[in-house]
This record gives sequence, C-alpha cells and structure tokens, in this order.
Amino acid sequence: MSAHGGPGGRWYDKDAGPVVRPYAVTKGRTQPASGASLSLIDNVVATGEWPTPNFRPGPEHRRLLSLCLRPTPVVDLASETDLPVGVVRVLLGDLIDEALLRVLPAQTQPRTDQRLLRMVLDGLEAL
Amino acid sequence: MDSKHFDGAGAAGSPPQTAKFLIAGGFGVGKTTLVGSISEIKPLRTEEMLSDRSIGVDDTRGVSAKTTTTVAMDFGRIGFPSGLVLYLFGTPGQERFWFMWDELSYGAVGAVVLTDTRRIADSFASIDYFERNGTPFVVAVNCFDDAPRFQPEDIRIALSLSPDVPVMLCDARDRDSVKQVLINLVKHVMSQRSRMSLSVTD
Repeated sequence: MSAHGGPGGRWYDKDAGPVVRPYAVTKGRTQPASGASLSLIDNVVATGEWPTPNFRPGPEHRRLLSLCLRPTPVVDLASETDLPVGVVRVLLGDLIDEALLRVLPAQTQPRTDQRLLRMVLDGLEAL
Repeated sequence: MDSKHFDGAGAAGSPPQTAKFLIAGGFGVGKTTLVGSISEIKPLRTEEMLSDRSIGVDDTRGVSAKTTTTVAMDFGRIGFPSGLVLYLFGTPGQERFWFMWDELSYGAVGAVVLTDTRRIADSFASIDYFERNGTPFVVAVNCFDDAPRFQPEDIRIALSLSPDVPVMLCDARDRDSVKQVLINLVKHVMSQRSRMSLSVTD
C-alpha cells in the first residue's frame, strides 16, 4: 500500500494492524464449519472434554477455551481477544464441533420475554 | 485476566442472563456519549465484506483483491448483581453498514432513537428501519446546550410518529437521564407486549 499515515510516514507496532490477517487464523474460512449461528449475546462454555488427537487447536482456539471456563457471551469473547466477531464465530464453531464448547442460547425467539423484561427493569431502576 | 469481565456470571458458573439494547441516530448525535454515561465501554471489531455500496467510499485502489474491511465499533456493558448483563450497541451510522442492523436488532429488547433538533431528518432512517422490522423504540431528544428546545409533542409531529411511541427529552451526558430513557423503553416494550397478549385472548 502506498499510504503511510504513522509518524514519519510509516505505521509501527499496533498502528500497523495485526501481523496475522484476521481470516488467516481461520485458514480463510468466513463461516463456522457446522453452520452454527451464534448470536452476539449467546453464552458459550467449555464442556471439560479433551480434544480428539486429530484436532490441533491454534493459539486463538486455546485462548477462547480458557476464557470459556465460565459461560461467556460471544461479544465479550470478541472484545477480550480483539478478534473480529466473524473470526471468533468460526473458531468457536470449530470448538463446538469438537464438543469442547457448548452453546447456551440467550433466547430462542426474536422477542424478549416478560420475565427478562422485568429483570431488566428491576436492574435499571436499582442502578 | 481481570475477573470483572465475568461479573455477570453466577458463582456456580451459571450463564449470565443477557439482554441487548440498540442506540440509533444520526452521526454525531451523541450515541457513544449516551452509552458511555451508563455503561463500561468496550471495543469490538467486525470484519465485514466490502459491498459495491462502498465503492467510492472506501479507496481500494492498489488493493483490488481486498474484499473485507474491519469495522470498529464500541458497545456498552452493564453487569448487575442478579447475574443479568445488559449490552448497549450503537448502530453503525453509515448506510453501508446497514446489514449489521439485522443482526443487532434480532432479539433486542428495543431501541433508542437519539435525535438532535438541529438535524431532525437524520433520525428518519432509523425510525423507518425499526417501524419496518417491528423493533419497539422510543425517541430521545438529546438536549444540546445550543440547540433549540421543543416540546416532545412538536418532535412527534415533525417525525410523524404514531401516538404510542414515547418521545422524551434527555441529556446523553447524564447518567440518570440515560437511565430514565432506558427505563421508559423497557416500560414501553412491556405495555406493548401486554396489549398484544390482550388482543390475542380477545
């Protein structure tokens, strides 16, 4: 690229962007293998299973697994790892396929139920 | 790893109960200010396909093979002692990111359309979108110090809103004001829901 905007006309360190292009860590895949649709606020949690011998988790897989020792929403995983949401979804898909993670869906319908609404209202009012 | 990232999770590892709100409105209307005054702001990266709508917007000369772009956005997170975690997503303002709205609005409690009386037409796009896909919303007028003051009813007429959409004045910098906007939104959703279930049982 011809545009250099950093000090002295060049980008350094973090400003230069990731050393590894985002979709390189997914080996070019942009969709989860199993087609699992993960909403931003679905929780995922480690199952405690061991990986099968033919699955080689990458460093990002391992990082995600370690963050999922407790149920954690997808959006927090993306923020925490600083990986794009699309990449995190592909990597989580691998771990779900390997039965290393399981999904706890936030909700199964497009509309929030009354019980959750009441919980949200109580929470906000107590802020 | 800071343990406060998991403040929504119960001690026994029960999943945090999650819910999300959308904060929409024109560019520079105070969406990020609003989110920041009530919640912890966290960064989020999304790597998205460049569509032909971005031609002329993104300069891809010399990188013709580049078909994805990284979109940075912020979101707000509020953890409650009950294990509930609320997420506030500001909808990306530019037209070319509208594909993200579908995902953001799916399963959302509702939306706040933040409005500036000096550029009221900037909120039409968001209002249209939420009306079309049935996302409940309220209109909050961010009272900038140098902006003309109007009554909520004048705003309703200017935006041709239906009578049941709540319109309120707010200060996006003020935590209590923002809190009240979100409370009004939840109450609006609850009353809409109970009206809907009444009409079903009739």
